[in-house]
Order: sequence, then structure tokens, then C-alpha cells
Amino acid sequence: MMKWVFSGLILVSVLFGALNGRMNEVSNAALNECGNAVQLCLTLTGAMCMWSGLMKIAVKSKLTEKLSRLMAPVISLLFDGLDYKSLAAQAITLNLTANLLGLGNAATPLGINAMRELQKDNKRPDTASDNIILFVVLNTASLQLVPTTTALLRSKAGSATPLDILPAVICASAASITAGIVMTKLLNKAFPAEGKGRLRGREVRA
Amino acid sequence: MSIGSFIIPAVMALIIIYGLVKKVDIFECFLEGAKEGLGTSVSILPALVALMTCVGMFKASGVLDIITYALSPLSSVLRMPKEIIPLAILRPISGSGAMVIFNNILNEFGPDSYIGRVASVLEGSSETTFYTIAVYFGAIKLTKTRHTLTASLTADLTGFVMSALMVTLFFGNA
Repeated sequence: MMKWVFSGLILVSVLFGALNGRMNEVSNAALNECGNAVQLCLTLTGAMCMWSGLMKIAVKSKLTEKLSRLMAPVISLLFDGLDYKSLAAQAITLNLTANLLGLGNAATPLGINAMRELQKDNKRPDTASDNIILFVVLNTASLQLVPTTTALLRSKAGSATPLDILPAVICASAASITAGIVMTKLLNKAFPAEGKGRLRGREVRA
Repeated sequence: MSIGSFIIPAVMALIIIYGLVKKVDIFECFLEGAKEGLGTSVSILPALVALMTCVGMFKASGVLDIITYALSPLSSVLRMPKEIIPLAILRPISGSGAMVIFNNILNEFGPDSYIGRVASVLEGSSETTFYTIAVYFGAIKLTKTRHTLTASLTADLTGFVMSALMVTLFFGNA
């Protein structure tokens, strides 16, 4: 799937860059963005190391196990066959909590940790498992309770009440997360990792 | 001092206190975890280079304007102002690009206008899909993502449509 995104974006950019007379900008992007990626990666590395370090302590002291016990009902509802005591469940709990609290920088390393744990349980290591897909989809939909960055930008632009959009944001977020979960579950059933899927009683080839 | 600035130090303090009480070898443990984190960051870099290159080229090529033009009839049906389309398209692709467009919209139309509010709800209720997928799968070196992208984009699309509808619901029409 990613190969179509990657190829598609580049080919479309080259084509329309030529048509729009912006080949200069496109060429510069091709040359410079890789350097920007390294800079971004350096920034991420610091946060990654720090939060991985802290989380190792939290896991060893069983703090995370206590936390995942709280979230166990939600986790076991969403993720098939996941024991709430497992490292994967603990990591997922941490990531979702960090997202809810708006700690974006912490959520990414925690999320990656969760991916690693889920991958350990993955029976087909070269293909994404159902739980891995659901977890990624949850992270791509916004789980933040309070959209702090958006509110900040609104405030800077002169809004009298930057957070008046909060109910609307919560409703839109809830709708998008629900849609994501439903779609994931449907597609998990229709296109399983192995064998043929079943959709509405008819066999669907994966 | 805002509440927000309490959260991170509080979390750190909690973890450390709990670790001390449970007699964990805190410093050793931290270093061990940090070293694992380092390895992961390195494995993210290839995916990040791939993503930022194609996104950068996409933004530079001006194809966004063409897509906006093509989608404007559809967006008026959904009560979504056509100025929001570039934001809606770019939001799943590039967080920083989306932020630039968002800021421009806020400054041009005012944050408390209908357009400003729809843009705000859209920006506040979605995440950078492609970046997350690239980083998360890149970290475990998995390329067969099956239907992850489809499901994520469905979630994003739902969020966009709902943004305009919710703003209409809570704040009335343009």
C-alpha cells in the first residue's frame, strides 16, 4: 500500500510541477527534504530516549501494570486476544493515555514501544496483524481531550474564546475514531492476514 | 504557570517516586531504556526520509490548488468552505504544512468566523496520518500494512465532514 502512496505522490508532483512551471521548487524539495528529515529525527531521538528510559522504570516498578488494569475493559473490548497484563497491553495503555493528555512527544515513543510488543505477538511477522492495524488507526485519529496547539494558534490570531470549539472538536474526534474502529474491524474480517475473509456470508479473497 | 505545564513534571515525579518505593535500580533502568529508544529512532529515519521527500515535492508542485478547484462543488454540498479544502487534504499528509495553512486561514478570516471555526475543529480533531503510519511501521520494519491506510483515511474523512456539520450545529450558519 505504501508503495502506491510513495510512488503516487512523487509522480504526481513531477507531472504537476512540470505543468505548473514549478519544477524548480519540486527539484529543491527533492534535494532538501531528506536533510530536514534528519533534523526532525534528531529532535525525535532525544524525546524517544528520555521517554523510553522513564517507561522502562515504570514497567519495572509495575506502575504501568496497575494503570493498564484500569484501562483493561476498553483494551480487551477493542483488541482481540490481548491479555491486559501483557507488556503489549501496558504499552498500549501508556500510549493512549499520553495521547489523551495531549503529550504528543511522549505518545510517539510509547506508541513505538507498543508496536514492538504487538509485533512480538504477531504470528505473521511480515504482515500487519489485526491488533497492530487497530492500534495504528487509533493513533492516526486524534484522541486528544483538549486541542492545546489549536487553541494556542486561535488565541494568537485574536480569538476571544479560543476553546469555544471544544464540544465541536470532541464530537468530530469521537465520530472519526468510531468510524476508524468500525472500518478497521470490518476490513479485518473481510481481508484477514491469512486465508479468505468472510463479508456478509460471501467469501472474499484477501 | 498553566495546568498544562504541570503534567509532564508530575508524570516524571510519579514514575521516579514509584520506582524508588519499589526499589528499582532507577538510573541503570533509565539508561537501558534510553539505549533501546536510540535504536528505534535510527530505524525510523529511512521511513521519515521517504515520507518527507514525497510530501515536500507534493507541496512544491502546486497540485493542491488543482485538487481544491476540482473539489469545490462537492465541498459546498457539505457546507465546507472551499478555503478549507487545502487544509483537509494536507492535514493527513503534513502536520507542519497544515499548520501553515491553518494559521493563514485564521489570520485571513478571523478565528471566530464560520471559516475560522471549521478550520479550527478540523485541525483540532485530526492527526498526521501518513507520518504516523510511516513512523510506526518503520520502527518495526513492517511494510505489508494491509488496510491500515484505508481505515485511517476513513476516520480522517469522517472527521472532516463532521467538522463542518458540528460547527453549523454549535454555532449556526456562515
